[in-house]
Amino acid sequence: MPHIKLPEGFAGISSGFVYRPETAKPMRELAHVLLHEPSTLTPGERELIATYVSSQNDCYFCQTSHASAAAAHLGNDWGLTEQVRQNYEQAPVSDKLKSLLTIAGKVQQGGKHVTAEDVAAAREQGATDLEIHDTVLIAAAFCMFNRYVDGLATWQPKDPEMYAKMGQHLATEGYLAPSIKA
Amino acid sequence: MAHIKLPEGLPGIRGAMAFRPETARPLNDLVEVLLHAPNSLTPGERELIATYVSSENDCYYCQTIHGAIAAASLNGDEALVKQVKHDFHNADISEKLKALLVIAGKVQRGGKHVTTEDVAAARTQGATDLEIHDTVLIAAAFCMFNRYVDGLATIQPRDEAMYRERGKWIAREGYVNVSKEYLPAEAAR
Repeated sequence: MPHIKLPEGFAGISSGFVYRPETAKPMRELAHVLLHEPSTLTPGERELIATYVSSQNDCYFCQTSHASAAAAHLGNDWGLTEQVRQNYEQAPVSDKLKSLLTIAGKVQQGGKHVTAEDVAAAREQGATDLEIHDTVLIAAAFCMFNRYVDGLATWQPKDPEMYAKMGQHLATEGYLAPSIKA
Repeated sequence: MAHIKLPEGLPGIRGAMAFRPETARPLNDLVEVLLHAPNSLTPGERELIATYVSSENDCYYCQTIHGAIAAASLNGDEALVKQVKHDFHNADISEKLKALLVIAGKVQRGGKHVTTEDVAAARTQGATDLEIHDTVLIAAAFCMFNRYVDGLATIQPRDEAMYRERGKWIAREGYVNVSKEYLPAEAAR
């Protein structure tokens, strides 16, 4: 049961968003810019970063909904989202994305863990300053989203179909659209 | 030196925000609602929560600027801010705020650390659902802001007078108004 009385029928972060629209608006806008708006990193790549960080933070709702969004962007390749979470070094993703996932993993542990060498390695693989910036902020933002979702003990159903539907919705509509009921 | 080329002369989060105004706008909107907009928790109480979490995350820029904003909201009481960072249980603050700081500290370590007992204890001291919600989200948001500021290795000058002056200014004007100073006109509002 959630720690506070949240609207029923909404899963995970949606319940927090419906409960407090004043904070939901900027949080949705932030996610939309970081994950959905045009960028030199594809939406699939950015959703994989979000999925990986959420997995490192052990947030079931976030890692499952963003893995679903990633899969929806990547030809329904669920296996890839699983592999990135388990061992991205061996996953069939670009070396650039691997170096950005290393930075994201350091940010998840704490901002000071990111080293000049991590950043140099990403640059060597062709990452731009903007891509490095967005990787740091995606990882940092999911350290917020994950804590928000778990810190309120939101309802996080184990229902693959719901997450598949949600992932499809996020992949096509982005993050500004109203929450859908589970 | 910062990890990426950020605009010069803008310490801490300001350089990062000026680098990427598209994300700066929602970030400022979020912190404005959480810390500055009217709320049953005073701005001073909310800034103390932000300061405490930033201190636990060891982010110099964030704990110093929010400590300064907290002090400015609390009649300049910098000693109280220090005490909350070091040992809030023995600080001269309400039992309700202590209970909320316990929750914030748990969120800082990870959302799952917050227990039903922590929440019940805050309710016993009179905390409402909205206050508990906002405490969780302030703590979570500062786990983002702190990582953003340190993850880019932003410039964080050791200049107490600078933080004190900005603290007074932000306490008075709020985050969105002050952001007009360092964001391009089309991004600030």
